[in-house]
Amino acid sequence: MPESAGASEKRVAIEARGIVKTFGQGANALRALDNVSIVIRENEFFTLLGPSGCGKTTLLRLIAGFEYPTEGAILLYGEDIAGLPPFKRPVNTVFQSYALFPHLTVAENVAFGLQMLGRSKAEIDARVSEVLALVRMQELAARRTDQISGGQAQRVALARALAPSPKVLLLDEPLSALDYKLRKEMQIELKRMQAETGITFVFVTHDQEEALTMSDRIAVMSKGRVLQIGSPWDIYDKPADRFVADFIGETNFLSAIVLGVADGVAKVRLTSGAEISATLAEGGVAEGEATVVVRPEHARAVKDGGQIAGVVENVVYFGTDTHIHVRLDDGEMFIVRQQNSRTQSCGFEVGDRAGVEIDADAAQVLKD
Amino acid sequence: MARRHFEIRTQPGFGLVALFTFAILYLPIAVLVVYAFNASESVTVWGGFSVKWFAEAWNNSAVQDAAWRSLVIAVFAAVIATFAATMAAIATTRTAPYPGQGFQYAFINQPLMVPEIVTAVALLIVFSRLKVWTGYSGLGWLILAHTAFCIPFAYLPIRARLEGMDLTLERAAADLYATPWQAFRRVTLPLLRPGIIAGFMLAFVISLDDVVITEFVKSGGQDTLPTYMLGQIRRTVTPEVNAIATAFLALSIILVTGFFLINRRKT
Ligand SMILES: Nc1ncnc2c1ncn2[C@@H]1O[C@H](COP(=O)(O)OP(=O)(O)OP(=O)(O)O)[C@@H](O)[C@H]1O
Ligand SMILES: [Mg+2]
Repeated sequence: MPESAGASEKRVAIEARGIVKTFGQGANALRALDNVSIVIRENEFFTLLGPSGCGKTTLLRLIAGFEYPTEGAILLYGEDIAGLPPFKRPVNTVFQSYALFPHLTVAENVAFGLQMLGRSKAEIDARVSEVLALVRMQELAARRTDQISGGQAQRVALARALAPSPKVLLLDEPLSALDYKLRKEMQIELKRMQAETGITFVFVTHDQEEALTMSDRIAVMSKGRVLQIGSPWDIYDKPADRFVADFIGETNFLSAIVLGVADGVAKVRLTSGAEISATLAEGGVAEGEATVVVRPEHARAVKDGGQIAGVVENVVYFGTDTHIHVRLDDGEMFIVRQQNSRTQSCGFEVGDRAGVEIDADAAQVLKD
Repeated sequence: MARRHFEIRTQPGFGLVALFTFAILYLPIAVLVVYAFNASESVTVWGGFSVKWFAEAWNNSAVQDAAWRSLVIAVFAAVIATFAATMAAIATTRTAPYPGQGFQYAFINQPLMVPEIVTAVALLIVFSRLKVWTGYSGLGWLILAHTAFCIPFAYLPIRARLEGMDLTLERAAADLYATPWQAFRRVTLPLLRPGIIAGFMLAFVISLDDVVITEFVKSGGQDTLPTYMLGQIRRTVTPEVNAIATAFLALSIILVTGFFLINRRKT
């Protein structure tokens, strides 16, 4: 997996080594985390992405210290933190449910961590107003936390976790309760805060778009396993396996036969008989039957030619672009996304025959 | 567009049953209160309005004595029981479920199931022995007995409050560098306060009200207000007992209202 040189020079903030977490015993035992290894660097915006129940919260709780791993170790700046209870870990959490203290005001909530650390009154007051300004909540400092909106509660939770200047901030789906517009705003604000504070963010989400727009690197998880770790670009354009390709964005799967590999580029024969070249996922099939993925925007529908062909089954207009669903001659479905122009329609109607031209370097051979 | 669903209030006979229940509950009390203001000696024949029975009870040294004793016992028993119940409730709810938990609930609530008379006889047997061995026969035994049967009453509202309280709050406190003790002091306890107050009130009223166990455990000359009233009724029935009961009623109404108001202002 390619890593930019700058990132690898940075210090490692958190390392999870071979983490296994089992809940329950015997026949009911559930492996919530199955051999998870992750390296998160200082200042990184690192995202854990995966569907509900894949173990994202469990991993955060292990880092925060609310649970202990069944196997494996967690290192913070190179030191094993197994023996440290949560209140001794320089890590703060923004909880999935916010967990604001209902008997305290906004300002008292934010001051809590600093008070526990025994800071002076003057220092606490200064820091509280600084952090409240950062999340733009100064006006509501004296409000009780059951008298603020969901978006405001979210910002208070963030301010409370930021106030003690933790080395690492853990954020458990902090934006999932917000409406679309507020969520977009908060995404930008979160990025801004991360840049301003220089804190390492470990961000959990099941929203792939959110993960792609915000992260420096993403770990895609499924059923307690980490399937792929990489930059948003890696994850989107070079998915390692079927789950990642399917979970992130829309994609087309084609069955193919790998004829051979040279310099990391595979020669692949599609069912139509056409031969194309494709990049090879790490551990991708190097010979024989394989699955190839092509993103809808990396192909065009054409009247004549193309590597594969079929019949147009559906044309869906999306404003900025149009999706053309082509039923290929081998029975598989292939979706092409084309940008719309103001003066011309896409040129295809249901029932038309269409060829599909796959861009050079657009195909990737998967692991499975 | 009203959705039609089962509504108990509109069932035939509901109003009648409700009325009857309220009558059974409150009519005798109303009669008792009215006769406390009776000028005559009788508790059945009305002889005009008077507060003389209140004055009589107030100046009766035996009543004063019993009332004071009731209060002392109730305060001590309720405080100790609430303290014990709070710890028990925290121990049984603030952990991951563990085997034997259901058994433990049952064990803590067991005094509610055991007939009071059984507890009373058991305590009588044990305490009379202990009184001889220790040579001590003061109020301590009564306080101890009251504490014991007050604990489950104090436990119930405290546990209910704890169960409704998100465990994540304590996690959040720990995450923000609060030691377990600080998390308890700064987060759990303030949020628990309404439950603790309710538990204390319940324990206090239950102790104040107890007859059976007190009757069995008390030494000579240790009458509480209820056992004193019982003794009075056995001899001659005078409206003095009504007056005491009415004062009792007033006290508990004031207590409950007071605690309710305090509680509401705090949360
Ligand atoms: N304390 C627990 N006891 C038993 N099973 C648990 C416990 N906590 C989590 N699990 C199980 O572990 C798995 C992973 O849970 P986790 O909360 O980490 O999922 P998640 O990825 O955060 O999901 P979501 O997106 O819904 O929050 C789930 O199957 C869950 O039921
Ligand atoms: Mg979760």
